[in-house]
Amino acid sequence: MNKLNKVIIKVNGKKLILNPNSSVYDLINKLKLPINKVAIELNKEIIDKKKIDNIILKSKDNIEIVHFIGGG
Amino acid sequence: MLKKDKLIIAGKKFTSRLIVGTGKYKSMQECAKAIKVSGADIVTVAVRRVNISDKSKALLMDYIDPKKITYLPNTAGCFNSEEALRTLRLAREIGGWKLVKLEVLGDKKNLFPEMIETLKSTEILTKEGFKVMVYCNDDPLMAKRLENAGASAIMPLAAPIGSGLGIQNTINIKIIRKQTQLPLIIDAGIGEASDAAEAMELGCDGVLVNTAIAKAKKPLMMAEAMKLAVISGRKSFLSGRIKKNIYGNASSPKKGII
Repeated sequence: MNKLNKVIIKVNGKKLILNPNSSVYDLINKLKLPINKVAIELNKEIIDKKKIDNIILKSKDNIEIVHFIGGG
Repeated sequence: MLKKDKLIIAGKKFTSRLIVGTGKYKSMQECAKAIKVSGADIVTVAVRRVNISDKSKALLMDYIDPKKITYLPNTAGCFNSEEALRTLRLAREIGGWKLVKLEVLGDKKNLFPEMIETLKSTEILTKEGFKVMVYCNDDPLMAKRLENAGASAIMPLAAPIGSGLGIQNTINIKIIRKQTQLPLIIDAGIGEASDAAEAMELGCDGVLVNTAIAKAKKPLMMAEAMKLAVISGRKSFLSGRIKKNIYGNASSPKKGII
C-alpha cells in the first residue's frame, strides 16, 4: 500500500491509520466494538448507525465513539 | 396494598420509586447486585468515550440488562447547554433512549445546577422529542418554569451531590409538591435511609440515590435499606398521618380505670 494513500484520523482523541476507502463500518469492525452499544460522532455530527457502511473516512476526520458507563 | 400505586413518568409505569445511580461502585458486579437488591426499575448512567485501546474492559450493559432495567442517561459533567445537548443526542443514538436526566452544573465545588442553561436545554430537548427529567435547585419558581418548558419530571436536590446531608429545605420541597402534578423526585444529597423516607413523607414521587449506596460500608445492605425506606415513606404519606399536637393524648381509654 502506498504510504501517501493512508488515511489518518482521530478516534476518541487518538491517532489511527486506516486503509484508503475505509468506511465507518470498517472502523467499528477493526476496533471490534458492539455497534448496538455505542454512538458515533463524525466531526461533531452524530451519524446514523444504519448508514455507517456508506460513510467513507478521510484524513483529518475526527471520530468520537461513546457508550454508557456507571454514573449518578 | 401498593400494587396499584405506580410511579408514572412520561406515560411509562414503574413499580419502584427508588432510582439508583450506577457510579462510584467498587466493581460492576457490586453495582449490579446493589441494583438488584434495591429493586430499582430505573438506573442512571453516564455517556463517556469508549476506551479503544483496552477493549477487554467489561461494559455496563453486560452487567445491567437495559431490556430489564430502564437506563436513564445523564449529562453529568456538562457545564453548559451545548455539552448537555450533545451528550443526550448521543445517548439517544446508542439505543433510542428518549427518557433522559438533564443535569447542567454551574460550579465545580458545590455542584449546584446552572439553572439558566438547564432551562434552555429543557426547552430544546423537549422540542426534539426527549422526555426530560430535570435535576434542579429546590427553587419553586424555577421548578415552575421547568414545568412550563415541558419537563417530564422535576428533580430538586436535597443537598449538594454526594454530600449525604439529607433534605436541607423541606419548606421548598413542600411548596414544589403543592404546585406541581409532575413526578417530583429528590435527586442528590441523600445520606441515609431516613432521608429517603422523609422525601417520600413530604409527598415526593421518588428518590434518586447513588453515593449513599455506593459508598456505604456495606452497599448491598444500604441498597435494601433505601428500598425499604422508600416503601415505608410512601406508605406513611399515603396513610395520612395524625395532626401534630403540643399536648399529650392518652392512648388507653379512661373508662374503667380502677
